[in-house]
Parts: sequence; C-alpha cells; structure tokens
Amino acid sequence: MATVKTEIRSGVYYDSAKLMQLQRTLAGLPGILDAGVVMGTDSNKELLAHIGLDSAEVMASKPDELVIVVKSDDAKAATEALSKVDELLAARKGNQDQDYLPRSLESAAEMLPNASWVIISVAGRYAGGVTREALRLGKHVHLFSDNVSVEEEIELKKQARELGLLVMGPDCGTAMIGGMGLAFANKIRLGPIGIVAAAGTGLQQVACRIHQLGSGITSGIGTGGKDLSEKVGAITFLMALDVLARDPDTKVIVLTSKPPSPKVAEEVLKAARKAGKPVVVNFIARAVTTLHEGNLFFATGLDDAARLAVELANHPPKITSEADLELEKFKPEQKYLRGLFSGGTLAYEAQHILAGYLPKVWANSPINKEFKMTNALVSQEHSIIDLGEDEFTVGRLHPMMDNELRIRRLYEEAKDPEVAVIMLDVVIGYGSHPDPASEIAPAIKNCLEEAKKAGRHLELVCVVTGTDEDPQDFNSQIQQLKEAGAWVDTSNEVVVRRIGRILRGLAERGSVEAAMIGKPVDLNTLKKPMEAINVGLESFSENLKDQGAPHVQVDWKPPAGGNERLMGILERMKQKS
Amino acid sequence: MVDIEKANALVCERFMEARPVATTLAKAIEVVPGLHDNMLLHAGPPVTWERMSGPMKGAMMGALIFEGKARNGEEAEKMLQSGKIEFSPCHEHMCTGPMAGVISPSMLVYVVENQTHKIKCFSNLNEGRGKVLRMGAYSQDVLDKLQWMESTLGPTVKTALEAMGGIDIRAILSKALHMGDDGHNRLDAASVLWTTQLAPYIAKTAKDSATAFEVIKFLGENALSILNPVMAGCKTMTAAGHNVEGSTIVTIMARNGTDFGIKVSGLGDTWFTAQAPIVKALYFPGFKESDACRDIGDSVITETAGIGGFAMATAPALVTFIGGVPRDAINTTLDMYEITYAEHKQFTIPFLDFRGTPTGVDIRKVVEKQITPRVNTGVAHKDPGVGQVGAGVVSAPMSLFEDALVAFADKYGF
Repeated sequence: MATVKTEIRSGVYYDSAKLMQLQRTLAGLPGILDAGVVMGTDSNKELLAHIGLDSAEVMASKPDELVIVVKSDDAKAATEALSKVDELLAARKGNQDQDYLPRSLESAAEMLPNASWVIISVAGRYAGGVTREALRLGKHVHLFSDNVSVEEEIELKKQARELGLLVMGPDCGTAMIGGMGLAFANKIRLGPIGIVAAAGTGLQQVACRIHQLGSGITSGIGTGGKDLSEKVGAITFLMALDVLARDPDTKVIVLTSKPPSPKVAEEVLKAARKAGKPVVVNFIARAVTTLHEGNLFFATGLDDAARLAVELANHPPKITSEADLELEKFKPEQKYLRGLFSGGTLAYEAQHILAGYLPKVWANSPINKEFKMTNALVSQEHSIIDLGEDEFTVGRLHPMMDNELRIRRLYEEAKDPEVAVIMLDVVIGYGSHPDPASEIAPAIKNCLEEAKKAGRHLELVCVVTGTDEDPQDFNSQIQQLKEAGAWVDTSNEVVVRRIGRILRGLAERGSVEAAMIGKPVDLNTLKKPMEAINVGLESFSENLKDQGAPHVQVDWKPPAGGNERLMGILERMKQKS
Repeated sequence: MVDIEKANALVCERFMEARPVATTLAKAIEVVPGLHDNMLLHAGPPVTWERMSGPMKGAMMGALIFEGKARNGEEAEKMLQSGKIEFSPCHEHMCTGPMAGVISPSMLVYVVENQTHKIKCFSNLNEGRGKVLRMGAYSQDVLDKLQWMESTLGPTVKTALEAMGGIDIRAILSKALHMGDDGHNRLDAASVLWTTQLAPYIAKTAKDSATAFEVIKFLGENALSILNPVMAGCKTMTAAGHNVEGSTIVTIMARNGTDFGIKVSGLGDTWFTAQAPIVKALYFPGFKESDACRDIGDSVITETAGIGGFAMATAPALVTFIGGVPRDAINTTLDMYEITYAEHKQFTIPFLDFRGTPTGVDIRKVVEKQITPRVNTGVAHKDPGVGQVGAGVVSAPMSLFEDALVAFADKYGF
C-alpha cells in the first residue's frame, strides 16, 4: 500500500519552473513513486487527485500555499524525500556574482539605468502587471510568458504603441537584438538583414540559415504568434517593421509569420511596400501569387526567405517606386476597375492576380462564387465582365468578332465617376475580327476625352494577344490603341499587375499610417549595447551573462502575495493617482 | 480624488526637514500632554493588564514603587489589576519609551523640540544595559539607580543642556551614521558624540566635580546614552508628517511585547495591530529563544524615521547579531528602498555612494512587494524582573499593512 506524504507551506513563492524542477528531482529520489509540487489552486488540486496524489491536507490547501506531496511504498523514503526539499530549493543556479537581487523592476531599473529591455517570464496571470510596470519605466518588453489573454495582449500593445515601446509577445520565445539573444536564441553574426517574426522557431530557422549562408542580421524582433491575428492587428509587427525600415544598417528586411489573418497580412504588406528597401515575405499558409512585386519578394518557405534575403543583401536590386503610377491625377472618388473581357481565361487570370491586390473583385464568371455579380449588365465596385459568356452571346456574335456590345459597355463604364481604370483585351488571329482596333481605338479616344471634359483622369489599359504573323496587323493594332491614349502590353499579367498597383494605391490614399505605428520606436534602443533586466526564469539571466551583456535578475514575487483584493486596490491606486 | 503622491512627498519632506534639538529635561507630569497622576505610559499600541507582557508588567510594578504608590511588587500588582491606574501608549502623549517604555508622572523626561515644525516630544532617561526597568526588572538596585538618575544624572544633564542651548540630535545622527551606527541598535558613536558635547558643560555647571565625574562616566560608559533623546527626536520627525490627508506613509510603528501596532499618516488615530513577532536574535550566554518576550518597545520609531534597520548598511558590525556577513547589512538596506517613499536628505550611507537612507514606509509598497520593515532591536526576557537576554532583527507582521491598505481604500474610495 503506497503512502502519500504531504507538506504545505504558506507565505512562499517560487516560479513554476523552479517547482517543476523540484517535482522532477523529488520523483527521481530512491523509493519515490510520484511527486507533486504545485500551488494549492483548485485546478492543481484536481490534477493531484486525478493522479492519486491527494490527501486531506492537499485538498485543504489554499491557492497561495505551496503543496509538496510525494507517494512511496516506503513511508521512510517519503519522509526523507520531504526533508530534502529545503536543500533542493536552495540550490540556486549561478548568478552568484550579482550581490543583490532587487525585489522590484523599479529598483532593478535604478541599478541598471541604461537597460532598454525587460525579459518577462513570470506566470501568465502576473505577466500583464509586470509588463505595464516595465512600460511605465520606458522599457521594451520581451514577454516570454504564455497564458496571457488576447484582450490583455491588445491592451498592453496599444499602451506600448503610445509610448513607442515594443511588446514582443506574449508567448514570444525568441528575439535577437544587435547580436544578443534574449530567451531562446542563436548566436548569429551581425549583418545587413533585419527580421520581424510572429514565429519563434521561424525566426530561429531564418536567422540560422542566414548565418549558415555567410550573412548576418541586425536584429530579429519577435512579436508573439498572435500579433498578426485580426484582433491584435499586427501592432508590434508594424512597429518593428517601421524601426527596421529606418535602420541604415538594415539593408534587407525579412517578415515571417505563423498563418496570419489575411486582412492583417495585407495591412502589413501595405506598410512593407513603403519600407524603401527590399522586404522578403514569408507568411506561412498565405498563397504566393507572385514572386516579386516592387520592393516585395515573396518566399515559398523559411529557407527560401533566408536565401532570398542573403541574395538581395549581396546584390541590391533596383527598386521600382509607386511614383510612376501618377495616382495624384485621379479624383478622390475614382477608385474602381471595370474589366471588359472577350477572353474567358484572361478574365479568370485577372481575377486571380488581382486577389493579391484587392480584397474583393466582382465578376459575372467568378473564381470565388461569393463574388458573383448580381447582374452582369450592371457593374458594381471592382467588376470583371467576361462578355464571351453565354448570357451575352445569345443571338449575337462572340465579342472577339463583334465589338459592338463591348464598345457600348465601354461608354457606359467611362461615364461612371467612381471608375478609375478600364481594361480591355484585344485578341487577334484567325477567326477574330479583321481589325478590332479600328473600332475600339476611336471609342477609347472618345471616352478619354469625355472623362477629361468632366475633369477626370481615366486609365484605359489593353492587353493585345497576337503575333506579327497574324492576319490582322499586330503592330498596327497596338499602335492604334496607344494613339487613342491606352496603355498597352502584350502580357495579360503585366497589364493586370499594373492596374492592381494603381487600384491598391488609390485604395490606400489618405490612410492614416501614424495611428498604426504610434510613437516611433527609438532606433537607438536597438543599436546601443544590450543591457537587460530579467524577471522570471533565471536561465535567461545566465544567457545574458554568457553573452557578456550587463543584466539584473529581479527577485520577483507576485504583488500582494497574489491576493486578488489587495492587488485590485493597488492597481486602482496606481491608475487614479 | 486624493493625490497620494503629493501627500506622501509632503510627509517625507516633513520627516526630513524636522530638526530635533534636545533642549532640557522636566518632570513628565509637568510637560507631557494628557498625563495625570494615576496614569502610566507604556510602549506600543494600547494593551490591557491581562494581555500585558511580562517585562511590561514588571516595569509598571517598578514604576509604582518608584512613584511611592506601592511598597513592593505584590502591592503594585494588586493596584495595577484593580483598574485604578490608567494605562496609555506613550505615542498618544508625544512620548516614546524603549522596550517596556514605562513612563510615570514624576520621572524626568528629555524635552526634544523639532525646531522646524515646533513640535515637542519626550522620552525618559536611559539606564544602560543589563537589569533595568525598561526590561521589566524592578529589584532594589534597579530602583536605586532610578533614584540616582532622578536626583543626580537628570538635573545635571538638564543644567548642562540649558547652558549650552541644546544639542542638535539630527546633526549627531548624520555624523554617527558615518561612524558605524545604525541609529537604533548601535548608538556607540552617537552616544560618544552626545557625551563629548555635554561633558564640558557638565564640568562647568555640575554642583561639584564628584557629580560631574559620576555623570560623565555614566554617560560615557553607556553605549545607549543617546537612545532615548534619539527616539524622541525621531518622534518629532514623524509626528510632523502625521495626519496628512491621502498619505500612505507610516508615521508610527511600536510594540508592547504582545502586539505590534502602526499608524498611517492619512488614516488618523487608528491603530492597526497584530501579534508581535519573536525576534530572530543572538542570545546572551545562558538564554535561548524560548526565554524571549515578543517584540517590544517604541524604539522602532527610528526605523519609521528612516534609520535603524533601514540604515543597516551604515552599521555592518551589527550583522554579528544575525550571524550574517556585511553584505547582508547592505542588502537589508537595499530591501528597505523597495518599501519606502523617499531617500533621506540628511542621513546618508557612504558605502552606497552617500545615497540617502530609505525613508517613509509606504503601505502600498509593503503590500505589493510583500516586504515588511526590518527592525534592529533588543530582546527582553519574557518574565518580569530578568532584563535583556539578546539582540537581533525582526520584521513587522504583514497583516498590519494589509489591514491599513484596506482601511485606506475604504476611506478614500479606491
């Protein structure tokens, strides 16, 4: 018959890692079948009961009491194990050279006034309080703790944004700042690549591959895995991207994330396009529709991201700017696309590519059924109309042979004051109209003139599909369209990407970026030598010590001993005064 | 909404600006507010005869014999049990008394005046170490010494003090902290400074050289000569900060051997009390922890004012009491910064680059960080009549500060 021996201690606090260590050591002592070392919360007691480690004393323990329980076939072994507890708890690892462990962040900050970083790994329910304290003291926070609610995460990050401080986390495993690793990190040489990651091991993998490829990083900023969720809205990610964009030593930025919210991912890309330097993007589970667009380079995986970044750092590309789009020519109300296609596949491809630029494009023949136009005859917002669909060809020739319907629709769309871009495809060759441009070009010219009279700039773009050996004069087709004022190319993708950039640019006009970033992060805090305060797992202080970074370990205990009522009073006193 | 920060800043400013000067001595009944013929003052928060600790009972009995109200211990005890004698805390009468802290109406007391805020506080005369009334001893030799103090020591010091225009207690303390004192348990340096300042005037004004010799010798040999005026001086500092609306600073800490009590500036005259702890001490040969009375005395007014255990870093020699190393003394002071509001402008610590001592215990910080004030103190025997058995350190009970915080939240609506 196994005996269960229990010891209850009140008024003590140890971090959970320490307790787990103790539990493991106790369980490994001779004659001990199992051991439990937990605080006496209801859930912990339930857990102990479940594995047969309960006793009357265990069940009577309170949440602020430490419960130590061992099970053994031998009562003597159990007693002996319990007698070792003090010795085991006292076996502190390292940090002997820090003569005084301050009891609060405030005192630690006085001891190490140049520290810009606080690493927090206390239990989740206390992490918010410690983070707020760090922010009050003007420090960036590496929040390793998990079990922080998303509501609290948002609140902390919003507060930090106002102050120009980073909250990296919660549940952020990794950060590497100026060559120094915080928490889980690798020794990466300094180099020209900056990383922002909502992905702990993602950050480690990319940074390590960069190192292995002979390059290095300025900083790797973790944000916590939920940062790119719709609720959090990339608060830290955008701040980190912004500060790396301003860092002259960072020549290339890598963005990586666990599967992000699609909407938030677009917000991040919007900001990335303005970074003024190459940005490699690897958002896991976000489909790559293009490999390269402006300053953005899309990687297919972590390894590819590292490879691309190193290549771009070694061979800086010439980056095209959005200035050539001359967006200022459009009126504020002009924002929509109308695509009038004769070719079904070209219309499909246009939808597919535009999905990377625009949230929603309606079509009479949509890829995504949700975006089916209510009425193919009446355009709505961004619309792509395939005039070769059956609904248009009943009793009429296909639009590749007969331009009449398309031209009528063209005039209609051109009158719409909300339309900015109209796209047409002109497909020549055997079977097609003998000289489509001769009918389409004059219509284009009229439309552009009408729009001009109404004070609008209308962008008319055409893709011409054909060869110089086709019966219609290929070059003359292009010539006629261009002379009418259209922008012409022979690649459907090139044309669609161009209008994608225009329309996205128009949609982003006047968006208030300041609110997304708040007070900018002081770049200097990433550049000066790392000094950090550690609250929680002592091993993180050990890491800093090994890297030669000045640090202070805080001898932290839950405020008011974890008493909720007193904590409530203290917090109200802080807020109200 | 009350501005706690502003209130606390004001309180600490008053603590630090207070300038206590020992000006004279007088019979307690003539100067102590509210004292009457059938009243005995005692250390700590209020306490009844039934709950009173051994040394305090002994000191009360000795005091009645000294007053001539009883002929022996037995008579005194009866009288004290009868309810004819009123007991009242020293602190309620602007007094402080070390250990049992018993002050009776005809005893001489030091008059210490805070010249900044015009506040007068009082304390009795120090009897030296060993078998003494303040530890609950009341044998004939103890009473004889008291008589000598009343007839010879007191009047001589009074004349000298008046002749020299008083002694600046704050100035002596500032110096003594740089000479290895903590200002509470170790007052060796301060007592020497006190004696050297008095000596020339005693020589000049004593009724004869034999008296001068006796008095100077007694003062010089007693390493605690200055303890009582220091306590009265500290009381004038913290009293200057009491009753400031919205302040969370502790203005009184005191123990009576049964209870530990505190008052908070912004909480008026409410005592918050809890059982007094047992002191972690080094015991004199022949004594052990089971002989000890629970923590006792008003001398913790020194910690309340920002010295004593709080200034432990200035007095590394004291760590022998707790079997520690000098680093422990530094760490004790560093811990106290965690729970105090200010750093003292007058009292500084050479080892910490002349940082001011931690000053003004803030109940918010005590509760938040779960660190209570550390007190350096003497230990009395639990039985009356035996005397001091050791010295050591003790931490105030946490519940005092938690109760005070809850009361503060109730009063001010947090």
